Amino acid sequence: MQFTITKAPYVKPITSIPIVMRHVLYALIPALAAYIWFFGFGICINILIACIAAVVSEAFMLYLRKQPITQGITDGSALVTAVLIAFSIPPLVPWWIPVIGTFSAIILAKHLYGGIGANVFNPAMVGYAILLLSFPVEMTHWAPPLAEELGYEVLGFWSTIIYALSSSLPIDTNIDAITQATPLDMIKSGIKNNSTITEIRMDPLFGKLGSFGWEWISIYTIFGGLYLLYKGIINWHIPVSVLTSMMIFSALFYAIDSDQYLSPGFHLLSGSTIIGAFFIATDPTSAATSNKGRLIYGFGIGSLAYAIRTWGGFPDGFAFAVLLMNSSVPLLDRYTRPRIYGKS
Amino acid sequence: MVKNHIAKSFTGGIKLNANKNVSSSKTIAEQFIPSKLIIPMSHQFGPDAIPIVKVNQRIKKGELIGEPADKNALAVHASCSGQVTAIEQHQEPIVGEVSSSTCVIIQTNKDDDVSHQKKYWPRDTQTRLNLINQAGIVGLGGGSFPTAEKLNSKSLNCELLILNGAECEPFISCDDVLMREHATEVLRGGMAMMELVGASAILVCIEDDKPEALNAVYDAAGQLNSKLIQIVTLPTRYPAGGEKQLIEAVTGKEVPSGEYPINIGFICQNVGTAYALDRYIQLGEPQINRVVTVTGQGIKNPQNVLVPIGSPISELISFCGGYNDDVSHLILGGNMMGYSLHTDELPVTKATNCILAINKSQEEKSTQIWPCIRCGDCASVCPAKLLPQQIVKAYTNKNFNKLEELGLKDCIECGCCDVVCPSHIPLTASFKNAKYLTEEATTHSLLANEAEMRHNLKKIRLSKEQMKVDRLHAELKSNVRGDNRKSMINDAVNRSRKLRNKK
Repeated sequence: MQFTITKAPYVKPITSIPIVMRHVLYALIPALAAYIWFFGFGICINILIACIAAVVSEAFMLYLRKQPITQGITDGSALVTAVLIAFSIPPLVPWWIPVIGTFSAIILAKHLYGGIGANVFNPAMVGYAILLLSFPVEMTHWAPPLAEELGYEVLGFWSTIIYALSSSLPIDTNIDAITQATPLDMIKSGIKNNSTITEIRMDPLFGKLGSFGWEWISIYTIFGGLYLLYKGIINWHIPVSVLTSMMIFSALFYAIDSDQYLSPGFHLLSGSTIIGAFFIATDPTSAATSNKGRLIYGFGIGSLAYAIRTWGGFPDGFAFAVLLMNSSVPLLDRYTRPRIYGKS
Repeated sequence: MVKNHIAKSFTGGIKLNANKNVSSSKTIAEQFIPSKLIIPMSHQFGPDAIPIVKVNQRIKKGELIGEPADKNALAVHASCSGQVTAIEQHQEPIVGEVSSSTCVIIQTNKDDDVSHQKKYWPRDTQTRLNLINQAGIVGLGGGSFPTAEKLNSKSLNCELLILNGAECEPFISCDDVLMREHATEVLRGGMAMMELVGASAILVCIEDDKPEALNAVYDAAGQLNSKLIQIVTLPTRYPAGGEKQLIEAVTGKEVPSGEYPINIGFICQNVGTAYALDRYIQLGEPQINRVVTVTGQGIKNPQNVLVPIGSPISELISFCGGYNDDVSHLILGGNMMGYSLHTDELPVTKATNCILAINKSQEEKSTQIWPCIRCGDCASVCPAKLLPQQIVKAYTNKNFNKLEELGLKDCIECGCCDVVCPSHIPLTASFKNAKYLTEEATTHSLLANEAEMRHNLKKIRLSKEQMKVDRLHAELKSNVRGDNRKSMINDAVNRSRKLRNKK
């Protein structure tokens, strides 16, 4: 009898890239639910637009690079990038914001570096950084969380869609009436105007620990992160080191002067700390690969993000912290290579 | 009272579906006698034996048919009684591939005439080691390393003999059932080994998914009442039975790269080998059979069989009820480190611990391969603490220096990285190929060096010759310019005149 010859091992692999990406998307569901609760359906429109943009640009680039198109689109990596971009931009933006963000991510950050697995920088963060630098006005118009309860004007479902598609608001509304600076922004400008943190935090935009709304979204995001840890899709090293370094530095400066510096709790539960620690910094391709390297990498992100938030020109420094640490990855990988069994 | 130890663990590794119950639920089938034997004269290590039988010669079970090529080489014996029908080249599975070697073909009869008998077990270590070679005993874990050579630790100090009963590879259960049914013999064999190497204790290491084997070994150890036998329960994780991993788990020490366990005072022996040694000491039986696990969804009646060495795999499979219809792959060894065979017309050798027949759905690896996303899962399961993703990159770039630096040689080819890779990159296969290419490149560069040396030598030789020629020319010239120039010319003129006159 004749048999087929193949190479060992004769075992089905336990996972695959599409499965990994699918789990990442599942893990974002609790955060999405909280997001919708606090900020309305705007994010859904952004996710939809970003996903379409991602699939289109991915297919186009794969076509140009003469790579198998179906395999590239179905692996889900482009969708994860798109969804992460939608999570990081304000819920109320014109349609071309997520489109430009996603295009930059997929075309510039991903495919020009060689496609999946070859990108040096985190695509979603490249997309976000380009948007923030190019369209600072649109990128800082956040509708306040639970706007109605806080006494803000609220856009209806249809008006949101119309705004997203045509950038036009109903006749009697203007953009400043329905949007607000983010709490991290307010702190920044407040401290510049010599107000103390306690005074600034009187604003209803601030919650018990972090920013109102954002703190709950962060907590729900943690559930998703724990799910990824449980599924073994991410390792604990990066999230733990990101959060630890964020805690260490914020606690240190908070202890020195609690009027000028925010509490560690506020830093953890505001802005993109949690989603950044669990979903963005853990992008395997652009992160360090050894455990020791991951700890250093995460520590660098946490401390840089804190520094940019506190002393830098941007309200939230997470994206820039990630990008800066991305560029140090080859060095980290080189110097944190584990010792081989039996070698001294 | 026998001490119970629970080992810590080793780095890396994964939990796998053991699939062992398929074969381990039955006792060892001992009545299998094939209609013919194909007994290879080759060994995995050392020179081939020289056949000393003739065609049509009648032979008995246990009779010497292949004489060792030198005094440290291994003998080959007939594993059943019968008649020699041919001595010819035949394919056999050896060291991960199928190749041809000289084999003695025997038509068996059912007489089962036994030639061997209990021999005197001498006191002298060297004589004992020679006897072990003459009995053809090699390691039965799959490597087939000559047992005598491994036990020959005179110059090195062996503290501990480790009996490896971990059997971590899925599907295989031959060591498990052997320990269940022959624990006393295994331990006795182990003690003989311990005496030989002068170790102070035996550690019998068994994974905790083999409670019956553990119990049997406990009982046997209690009966033997030796304080020197210790039993270690290992947490079940592949590849706990890898020699280096076992040593790490049991002793916490690492075997230095490129060295053997004996360099740090340990000798590892498979439980099957200990059993074979005991059979020889007690009955005088050379190593002529072994327990083989025949299993997988492609086999009708999976079980463990005591197989005479040289039995055709096809007959062994028929003995186990034959193939199921959907069988697609025949694998020698387990599903992690085995290799697939194209045909079953091959003999069972001493390295054949398992014949695994599987169907497509069981084997199926996804045909889709993605680029590496650097997730690092491969590194976290690597028992050798390597970075498979970087090695495969260096392999693609054919960067041999980098491969060396990343420790390609330390890869034990366990296959863990393949199982966890979300991109389905054939890592282990690449590493095997990379090792092959590295070896080739080394030989190539050696050859190139040799050629260069030859070329240089030739250049030197040529220039020396040239110098000689030049010197001669110079001498001639100086001679020619000398006083006898005129007479030489006259001589020449005379010679030519003479010639003309003759005409």
